[in-house]
Amino acid sequence: MLQFLLRRLLYMVPTLLAISIVAFVIIQLPPGDFLTTMVAAMAAQDEDMDQAAMAALEEQYGLGQPVHIQYLKWMQGIVTRGDFGDSFGWNKPVSELVWGRLALTFVLSLASLLFVWVVAFPIGIYSAVKQYSIGDYFATFIGFLGLATPNFLLALILMYIAFKFFNQSVGGLFSPEYQEAPWTWGRVADLFAHLWVPVVIIGTAGTASLIRIMRANLLDELRKPYVVTARAKGLPEWRLLFKYPVRVALNPFVSTVGWVLPTLVSGAAIVSIVLSLPTTGPLLIRALLQQDMYLAASFIMLLSILTVIGTLVSDLLLAWLDPRIRME
Amino acid sequence: MESPVLIEIKNLKTHFFLDEGTVQAVNGVDFTIHQHKTLCVVGESGCGKSVTARSILQIVDQPGRIVEGEILYHRPFRLSAAGNGEWTSGETGANGNSTTEIIDLAALDPRGREIRAIRGQDISMIFQEPMTSLSPIHTVGNQITEAIKLHTDMLDDEADEHAVELLRRVGIPRPEERLGTYPFELSGGMRQRVMIAMALSCNPALLIADEPTTAVDVTTQAQILELLEELQDEYGMAIMLITHDLGVVAEMADDVVVMYLGQVAERGDVDSIFHDPKHPYTQSLLKSIPRLGVSRNRQRLDSIRGMVPDPYNRPSGCMFGPRCDHFMPGRCDAISPPAIPLGPGREVHCLLYEDE
Amino acid sequence: MAVTDAKTLPPETVSPGAAETEIESSVSVASQWQLMWWKFRKHRMAMAGGVVTLIIYAIAIFVEFLSPSSPGVIRADYTWAPPQRLHFLRQTEEGMRWDPYVNGYKVEIDPEALKRTFVIDEEQIVDIGFFVRGEPYKMWGLWESDLHLVGSTDAEVPVYFLGADRMGRDLLSSMIYGTRVSMSIGLLGVFLSFFLGILLGGISGFYGGTTDNLIQRIIEFIRSIPTIPLWMGLAAALPTDWPPLRIYFGITIILSFIGWTGLARVVRGRFLSLRTEDFVMAARLDGASELTTIWRHMVPSFFSHIIASLTLSIPGMILAETSLSFLGLGLRRPVVSWGVLLQEAQNIRSVATAPWLLIPGLAVLVAVLALNFLGDGLRDAADPYNR
Repeated sequence: MLQFLLRRLLYMVPTLLAISIVAFVIIQLPPGDFLTTMVAAMAAQDEDMDQAAMAALEEQYGLGQPVHIQYLKWMQGIVTRGDFGDSFGWNKPVSELVWGRLALTFVLSLASLLFVWVVAFPIGIYSAVKQYSIGDYFATFIGFLGLATPNFLLALILMYIAFKFFNQSVGGLFSPEYQEAPWTWGRVADLFAHLWVPVVIIGTAGTASLIRIMRANLLDELRKPYVVTARAKGLPEWRLLFKYPVRVALNPFVSTVGWVLPTLVSGAAIVSIVLSLPTTGPLLIRALLQQDMYLAASFIMLLSILTVIGTLVSDLLLAWLDPRIRME
Repeated sequence: MESPVLIEIKNLKTHFFLDEGTVQAVNGVDFTIHQHKTLCVVGESGCGKSVTARSILQIVDQPGRIVEGEILYHRPFRLSAAGNGEWTSGETGANGNSTTEIIDLAALDPRGREIRAIRGQDISMIFQEPMTSLSPIHTVGNQITEAIKLHTDMLDDEADEHAVELLRRVGIPRPEERLGTYPFELSGGMRQRVMIAMALSCNPALLIADEPTTAVDVTTQAQILELLEELQDEYGMAIMLITHDLGVVAEMADDVVVMYLGQVAERGDVDSIFHDPKHPYTQSLLKSIPRLGVSRNRQRLDSIRGMVPDPYNRPSGCMFGPRCDHFMPGRCDAISPPAIPLGPGREVHCLLYEDE
Repeated sequence: MAVTDAKTLPPETVSPGAAETEIESSVSVASQWQLMWWKFRKHRMAMAGGVVTLIIYAIAIFVEFLSPSSPGVIRADYTWAPPQRLHFLRQTEEGMRWDPYVNGYKVEIDPEALKRTFVIDEEQIVDIGFFVRGEPYKMWGLWESDLHLVGSTDAEVPVYFLGADRMGRDLLSSMIYGTRVSMSIGLLGVFLSFFLGILLGGISGFYGGTTDNLIQRIIEFIRSIPTIPLWMGLAAALPTDWPPLRIYFGITIILSFIGWTGLARVVRGRFLSLRTEDFVMAARLDGASELTTIWRHMVPSFFSHIIASLTLSIPGMILAETSLSFLGLGLRRPVVSWGVLLQEAQNIRSVATAPWLLIPGLAVLVAVLALNFLGDGLRDAADPYNR
């Protein structure tokens, strides 16, 4: 198991490197470097940039030097000082802006993941065991609908309904009185009271596809000979179901975290924009629209790393569940 | 001497209801299994032999269903009440009280308590694919002790001990260590041995072996068959062996049932079937086996003319009619041949013998 | 289209499972494509999905003729005009008579907010005709016409069957034009991903070993990144001064650049499992060249799976484009897609004022559902030998 863990950690290194390169490419993509954009922006506001400050920035980011030097300087800043560069849109170091938002994104994605599992698992089992029953058809239909509805549309519809019929706003993660308040138990409770709306919206598509996956896996497993063996032993049907096929079908279910998590993080980004949640989404889109590239790329990079770590955790969970993988 | 009857199958019909039509997988089968004896059911793939076996345990897969007939289980007594004691036949019981219980398995609810008490305890089964017939993610020990704990009141460590004993008995080296291993760590032959140990865990009166040696290599095949014979001597269970291999039949069988397209073609003791086959199908089957030393002038090996008809378009009259060399137009395609008794436990379904 | 290409394949390319005996006698001689069609036909939802998909693509083809107006026509005096319901029968002295019409608008002024709002005026009647002359357009960019399927008989009075947006543009016309863009971006994106997917997936599956390992790592990497932020990052990098058509292709390339991984996985999986099949081995032993083996023997036996996966990946492309455009990072007017239209509904205030702005969402929903059902049915039918 330890060896497995070490190998997985080792596998992560190239992935993380690749992520950082992609993020850096995104920084480099817009025409011109950020300094010229910054100077232009300041000039537009009738402010002059201090020559010394400019030179310092130029030195810090290695502007004017070859691209790989710039990349290395950026990486060096991140690894040694936790410095992701500056956001010119906010006139602040990126690191001051990202962490709080990232934490909330993390909470939101994790809550959505739990929601997806808790809902999809029993429904998937039911659908497979009662294949072609009315309940199965209903679940399938809702599943398809959930898959077909872009979650931002779902967010808009929910907002409209809440506004029109309950005259209420469903946006945000905190009530006004807790908006800027420091963390207390009351604020945590308030967060959870608001959290369920985005969680349900973000989780819908994932739930729909997981139900289908669980159903298909379980149907596969139900036809396997070992189920017949267990039945021939005289096990009661429900005990047999949970001990064997459901248990085996659980493994691919757990391994789906690998791709459910990226979808959830994606969903969280776009839903947060619609519901204006204080997570990474709204800040990311603003940064992108303003071409505030260090901020945007840092967000993309950190979200990706978060996802990769999530996938790693799911792999470990899977290895713990499945002896075949553990002993590979 | 004829040993007591264990299972009596009468006019069993198991059909599969598919969208394309009904497949009459088993269509009116009669035969008898005797205690302590080995019955081989032989036939080409798709002739319904597996479905017959599964019907006995009521584990036919959806959308299959027993639609007619009886499967009478003459339940012998246990010598000890523990649930896994020695069996005693109805005859031994006859000196005092000969109340052998008779249960119609076909009439039981497939999910009910009665049939579940019989599965794994009175009748157990091993399957063709030792690879997939064991759960990949549960340990060998877990899967063996499961049936023991289900049917007896043994405690965990007693069940473990019993499982070790069984594994040793089926010839698995270092059985104590094997309890914690997973099936994928074992070879095919070892897995089949685990299956056998599992099936024997409650000392059943009947062991159904559904092509147990098809998926293993020839050497292992011989070992497994030998093991089954040894175990039969020791535990005294009856064996219903399903196979398409006539060599296996010759080696193992006391009685033989030849099936063709869901029906019995012919049945009888192994000697009469091999030395005096009556049904044209049995005759052609026997002719299609290569024999050492009997190669007459490099004659080509006989094969049976034609193909097994597809299950939706069954021929009228005799199922074998269209492929039969002795086909009698007007009779064989009109009359479904009844069972014609030829002796004790011996009958043939063929109009050729109608007058005898 | 790919499906028709596939149907012209000779019937002798049936897969190895054809020897299975438990099939009807007509079944046993049917070609693979016939078997698939039979199996597909039984899948009712898939048939319905197929019909709806065909209708949607037909709409996409005849956009100019079908839409009552053009999406770019701004009528500032019809801001946020609500949908007008189409009445087919008109009450006259002799009873009900076939004479389609809609009711006109009257303007009400909200004294508090000092806002003009349009309400339906039951008194006014605007005659509706079929095959009417209206906004001139250039059909497929080839010839001039002004014939519209349906519209107001009086070209001066506009009709808004689905309402207007904040600039008085007709939502129905925009949606119909959006159908062309949204559906074609899905198709084009899928074909680009298909090309990448089949190339890299095929290489990966056929050669195996280090190549396979490398490509698999790349796929894993791309899949592990949350797509929307990545799309956003890449789309934001497209220069804002590009002409609409170039933006359109840029977005398509970005979408398929990330979307090919799923297809590559399917292709690779098929290749790997086929490589060890006896009939492929037999072809090799018969001395067939590698290319012949692939094209004559392997491709036909997984072509159906590919078509099914292709169909199933179109919805993803459509949804991705919709999301990007919705965020303002994708397509922009004058190009209209469903996502561009939904961008109008981005804040709750506009939705509250004009809830009909959400209707393009319904179009997305219907298209994606139809394609999913169709793809699902195709996938089930793709393996006709598997019950």
